[in-house]
Amino acid sequence: MLSNREIMETIHMISDENLDIRTITMGISLLDCCSESMETMRQKIFDKIAKKAEYLVETGEKIEREYGIPIIHKRIAVTPISLLAANAAGESTPLALAMDEAAKQTGVNFIGGYSALVHKGYTAGDEKVIHSLPQVLKETERVCASVNVGTTKAGINMDAVREMGEMVKAVAEATKEQDSCGCAKLVVFTNAVEDNPFMAGAFHGVGEPECVINVGVSGPGVVRNAVAKLGKNASFDILAETIKKTAFKITRMGQLVAHEASRRLNVPFGIVDLSLAPTPAVGDSVAYILEEMGLEQCGAHGTTAALALLNDAVKKGGVMASSHVGGLSGAFIPVSEDAGMISAVRSGALSLEKLEAMTCVCSVGLDMIVVPGDTPAQTISAIIADESAIGMINNKTTAVRIIPAVGKKVGDTVEFGGLLGSGPVMPVSRYSSETFVGRGGRIPAPIHSLRN
Amino acid sequence: MRAVITVIGKDKTGIIAKTSMLLYQENINILDISQTIMQELFTMVMLVDLSGSEAAFESVAAKLETLEKELGVSIRIQHEDLFQSMHRI
Repeated sequence: MLSNREIMETIHMISDENLDIRTITMGISLLDCCSESMETMRQKIFDKIAKKAEYLVETGEKIEREYGIPIIHKRIAVTPISLLAANAAGESTPLALAMDEAAKQTGVNFIGGYSALVHKGYTAGDEKVIHSLPQVLKETERVCASVNVGTTKAGINMDAVREMGEMVKAVAEATKEQDSCGCAKLVVFTNAVEDNPFMAGAFHGVGEPECVINVGVSGPGVVRNAVAKLGKNASFDILAETIKKTAFKITRMGQLVAHEASRRLNVPFGIVDLSLAPTPAVGDSVAYILEEMGLEQCGAHGTTAALALLNDAVKKGGVMASSHVGGLSGAFIPVSEDAGMISAVRSGALSLEKLEAMTCVCSVGLDMIVVPGDTPAQTISAIIADESAIGMINNKTTAVRIIPAVGKKVGDTVEFGGLLGSGPVMPVSRYSSETFVGRGGRIPAPIHSLRN
Repeated sequence: MRAVITVIGKDKTGIIAKTSMLLYQENINILDISQTIMQELFTMVMLVDLSGSEAAFESVAAKLETLEKELGVSIRIQHEDLFQSMHRI
């Protein structure tokens, strides 16, 4: 029999510390939707997603009620559209519209996979997808896009990096009426993973099965409280051990929900991704965990070390709790979605440079960063190049989700609303990277990519 | 299916009586029950067996929700596996 203390601990985590299942994401392969006609493909994509995910939201809600655990999002990830787009003549925008319609039909709030993988070069389909990004992100509501520009194995495609700087600017311009929020649905990756359940970067990789259930668990508030209970004098050994145990408990719950969802939907279970994903809600912040460890404010010297400890302990706890841990597992540091990060930027404690250092040890990268609207495309490309280099050399996933908010300058705040939060506009270097970015070509893969 | 029912709130007469009466009417067997005052709050934890009940989980949950409002306390019913998975390997 469980003890009352254990039962109350779980209930306390859910009701007071914002513990939740962040997302049940259904991955769906669209490879069998290929056709020589864009219109046929559009219909096939809609039909397949609508059929496969027909009961996704309903099942998620049922599990939520039975277990008394909030499941915040039900989402869908599909095969990168660039793999389909080259089959038919014409633009690939109708395929994005089909994704958007299917998302609305099934009731999911985001659908990922309007993606291209161009780390070594462009196919005809990649070109279509990338060039349609401004229009797609303007005309669709729930479609998320991502582009992989580098891997440790292949190096960095600097032509793609240059183009993505321009595309980010173009998306910002196309969605300027909504504070350029189209950019919040566009991620530029290095070492993108095929089974990530979190948006905006989720897509259903080609190594994945026909259909799969991946689950993302969160809980920064739970970790923060566990750290707070240790007091100020606990050693790092105890700190790491406590975070590990907490991560274990959280992930066990994710494993249970993933298993249940997979059984009820009759879809294989893929992975559990334990990522401390903050939300703008008070107490749901990763920055607060770092501050709880003893930093006056997130961004102070020591922040990178604190984040490294946190990210690693979370992974270690998660690994033993689930039969398959995957995705990005670790700690996210999206600025606009984290109350502690927002206040650290506002007070000047946290800069873009410090965030870049933090991305060397966090689970993803520069996320939800708002920069001035007049930031040159080449500067954005250079920011992407720096992040890609960190990912490529350190064999980790890095991403850039940056919003050059049209008409905004340093000191302004951009309100995205909801989970995307609000972001203070951060300064970028005023020195030019134009000549560097303009070179083109590829940065070769590092020596340690040759492991065979 | 076994579930854990927790009742947390300001202590008053009839909390246990009314909760167990509802469960009795739904033909739900109580396997274990404990009650204590934690941080000045009445806290009751019940382990119940729903397999003998014709009423589906959702209908019991809805009735408990009505009782929650009537008593002015917080009542939750959750599948036992949630706690087992988190606290037992």
